[in-house]
Amino acid sequence: MSQTRVVVTGLGVTSPVGGDVPSTWEALLAGRSGVRPLTQDWAETLPVKIAGTALVDPTVVLERVKARRLDRTSQLALVAAMEAWADSGLDAAQASGDLDGDRVGVAMASGIGGVTTLLDNYDTLREKGPRRVSPLAVPMLMPNAPAANVSLYVGARAAVNTPVSACASGNEGIALAVDQIRLGRADVVVAGGTEAAIHPLPMAAFANMMALSKNAGDPTTVSRPWDTARDGFVLGEGAGVLVLESEEHARARGATIYAEVLGAGITADSHDIAQPDPEGRGGSRAIRRALAEADLDPARVKHVNAHATSTPLGDIAEGLMLHATLGAAVDDVVVTSTKSMTGHLLGGAGALESVATVLALRHRRVPPTINLDDQDPQVDLDIATTVRDLPDGDIAALNNSFGFGGANVAVAFGSWS
Amino acid sequence: MATTEEIRSDLADIVNEVAGVEPNEVQLDKSFVDDLDVDSLSMVEVVVAAEEKFGVTIPDDQVKNLTTVGDAVSYIERAQA
Repeated sequence: MSQTRVVVTGLGVTSPVGGDVPSTWEALLAGRSGVRPLTQDWAETLPVKIAGTALVDPTVVLERVKARRLDRTSQLALVAAMEAWADSGLDAAQASGDLDGDRVGVAMASGIGGVTTLLDNYDTLREKGPRRVSPLAVPMLMPNAPAANVSLYVGARAAVNTPVSACASGNEGIALAVDQIRLGRADVVVAGGTEAAIHPLPMAAFANMMALSKNAGDPTTVSRPWDTARDGFVLGEGAGVLVLESEEHARARGATIYAEVLGAGITADSHDIAQPDPEGRGGSRAIRRALAEADLDPARVKHVNAHATSTPLGDIAEGLMLHATLGAAVDDVVVTSTKSMTGHLLGGAGALESVATVLALRHRRVPPTINLDDQDPQVDLDIATTVRDLPDGDIAALNNSFGFGGANVAVAFGSWS
Repeated sequence: MATTEEIRSDLADIVNEVAGVEPNEVQLDKSFVDDLDVDSLSMVEVVVAAEEKFGVTIPDDQVKNLTTVGDAVSYIERAQA
């Protein structure tokens, strides 16, 4: 079946390692960790005192009055979207009236939504009474606020969607955007994910469910995917945004095309609310679906940006998935986990890592996985520990995301020349 | 007792904090909505901050009568008396 080709024409990021795409990419190639000690007073009582805090405070980037009306999830989303929108050149088309907003959509995911606004207002309610609860609390805390604020910024009137699937949310946003374009519902979709959950309540909750690493050593060494000493993920925050566009629309305006989204696969585990299927069956089906939708021969796949969060079970399961789906071709695939540097951005993870995957295809370079001192013998993958080059020619890459609730989303990207 | 100018000045600081309007723009004859672009949700924030600052109560059904900065300053002066 011939279907509309969907291309990437703009990228934006704000992350624990950089406030924009160039600085984030430079840090990832340099193997620089964004995991740092928390300096807030509340961190003293927590079992985990480190996180991947956004390197550049979004309230410094945004206008003050604008920022105070937005939850941090929306602030980060807007910073990344502004960069991606300008990068695509569509900001100029919008300004000159040459872009039909009825054909522009937004698919901006979040795993948790405006949790800090919710909890801060609950503190206010208890300490000062209901009169002091902010009249802006609802439009700030609603999970679709980041998507809504991005749609206001870019003038999107085709749709404003918010996929919510925990740590798979960002990739689900990208998958939904591809569908919207292929179904002819939009020509352009601003897609991605955002998260800002560095607050004592979510941190205590993730720690108590044994998901976060309690390693009290050098913070930069705690996120260590596939290493035998891994013992949980590090919470990160930030946002990633991709401007996705039909090839026809992108060509008509002479846009720079970074890569193609070849296809996506979405499946569900129906195994456990939080634990991954130990054999990774749901994840494998997601990868197979992505390959099928993309009509992609596994031999063309040369890179995988893995979900690999640094948890004992999940990292092993993902290795099994890649063997089950790529077969012998897996031997020629350079795998990395940028979470080793950024920590886990939850609903922002898939988006940040999709940006990294697109950059890897464009520059033919794979960022290293840091802290991999002793690779788990149960994981038989070629994992980059230094910057690795990708071959020339027509190649593809996968980005995997898996979320609590059994959500699995694999996205296949192709190089563009 | 605070003077009218003192109340206007403190209110101007609140409007600046909430809505980003320059304090010297917040003059007695200015309309919150038409001149200062303070929307309805921001107005609620201004009112609640003013209640805290001036130690007064401004019921929701009175807020709609506070069209100009002068209306608000007069209300606060009466409420403080």
